[in-house]
Amino acid sequence: MAWSDTYEMVCGVETHVELATKSKIFCGCTTEFGGEQNTHVCAVCSGLPGVLPVLNKEVVNLAIKAGLALNGEIAEFSKFDRKNYYYPDLPKNYQTSQYDLPICKNGWLEITVDGAKKRIGITRAHMEEDAGKLVHSGETITSSDESYVDYNRTGVPLLEIVSEPDLRSIAEVVAYLEQLVQILDYTQVSDCRLEQGSVRFDINVSLRPKGTSDLGTRTETKNLNSFASVRHCMEYETERQAEVLDAGDKVVQETRTWDEGKGITISLRSKEEAHDYRYFPEPDLVPLVIERSWVEEIRRTLPELPTERRMRYESLGLSEYDAGVLTSSRALADFFDEALSRYADAKILTNWVMGEFLRLLKANQQSVLDSPISPVQLAELLELIDKGSISGKIAKGVLEDMYATGKDAALIIKEKGLGQISDEAALAEIVEQVIAAHPQSVEDYRAGKERAIGFLVGQIMKATKGQANPSLVNKLLKEKLS
Amino acid sequence: MVKFVKISRQAVEHVALLARLELSEQEIGTYTEQLNTILDYAAILEKLDTSEVQPTAHAVPLHNVLREDEVRVSMPQEKVLQNAPDAENGFFRVPKIV
Repeated sequence: MAWSDTYEMVCGVETHVELATKSKIFCGCTTEFGGEQNTHVCAVCSGLPGVLPVLNKEVVNLAIKAGLALNGEIAEFSKFDRKNYYYPDLPKNYQTSQYDLPICKNGWLEITVDGAKKRIGITRAHMEEDAGKLVHSGETITSSDESYVDYNRTGVPLLEIVSEPDLRSIAEVVAYLEQLVQILDYTQVSDCRLEQGSVRFDINVSLRPKGTSDLGTRTETKNLNSFASVRHCMEYETERQAEVLDAGDKVVQETRTWDEGKGITISLRSKEEAHDYRYFPEPDLVPLVIERSWVEEIRRTLPELPTERRMRYESLGLSEYDAGVLTSSRALADFFDEALSRYADAKILTNWVMGEFLRLLKANQQSVLDSPISPVQLAELLELIDKGSISGKIAKGVLEDMYATGKDAALIIKEKGLGQISDEAALAEIVEQVIAAHPQSVEDYRAGKERAIGFLVGQIMKATKGQANPSLVNKLLKEKLS
Repeated sequence: MVKFVKISRQAVEHVALLARLELSEQEIGTYTEQLNTILDYAAILEKLDTSEVQPTAHAVPLHNVLREDEVRVSMPQEKVLQNAPDAENGFFRVPKIV
């Protein structure tokens, strides 16, 4: 029996997003990923005594932008607070964060699971600084005798987005995260490189008997950075909690970590861990007063968001599935739109983008942004098919060459002599040669065997290396045989 | 006037644990007494009528002190690690965490 027959899951997610600024939130160190350990560090972000942080304006701009895209209310008055705890990735022994007056509150986004739409509340979004990175000597944190600290990431600006506990299934959680990341990608608030840890998820989950409304005791699993690990972790953790409850025991409220290798969550509980952060207003930073004119200025820079774009594509006659794939990343949707501005048949364009183009990207393990083919070049190729210069079949090979060389379609067709033969006189000559060489087929056709013409067309295509314009070949053959 | 809740010995032990301070029995007694004296003194402020006053977010009447998003040169690695009690290969080295 599955646990879901007995229990209902309640889940809320905290998402940490690294904002796409050039410099850190309170100092001028670069936010660039990688770099030799402890080389993107200064007196401010390493927490030396006597230094003063100064807030990066772009962090506020991006936080407002994300807040608006998530349908949130932007605070008129906002401030920073110190969250006090001891952990080696935190050089100051406190994290500069926001407590009671976050920059954004009461947002929402809409997910679709199994065709049903559902609105997921976003309690708040607040600005804070990222912590450093720990490298453990053992395989996991719990099995390590010592750890190594790199403070390059310390002070990289984060937006922490806290959802309401509105999620009731793993499918809903994954849909919420995908939708959230898409919005952050479209608004370019973050580079959204999950594999580099620029978006990380903390999953709060509890079970309760079906039909009851009191919340069960939850656990929090921290620092997941892919949709797949969220899915696997939740499958494990819900099963684990169900077993605890089935045995008549109580779930312990605690922080857990996901061991990807073993596929289990592990308790991070310790005697010393007390969630008593003793927040107090950050005396080194003055508050923010956010005039409505500032918010409106940023609202004007909001791009078309994924949901709006999907609807627009569907209105062009594309299927819900196709519209979903094309809008899955802003880069792909932008590519499609740019090609569409040059080549108006959305359906043909969709077939090429979702078929050959994505296949080539996947085969070369590249993203849309790395594509050697520009949207205009793809549009030009499709125009050449429409004009009859090449057949669709030949065009696939041309696209591969375009991908490999970056050359325009027209140039490749010219260089390789791939142009479709639409010259009636030239083609008529070949048609006559083929007729002369195959008297039996001609006789069969004249005797009423329609199929014989197919053989003759094939011979003409062979003679022209597939470049003959098929409709012209048919027309000429019929004329000469009648 | 609202009377502050007295600080108990347990509260002092809890705060000491959070601050990673190891206190002797005698020190716990001393600090419990001293903290209560400080709070009693601060309680004088309770005589003020603050019902019409907004909570203070900052002592200085300033807001929106912001800098442009510009990258500056960071410190060299050896400077960053200069005060490290233990370091290896460019990293700070720390004892077992959990």
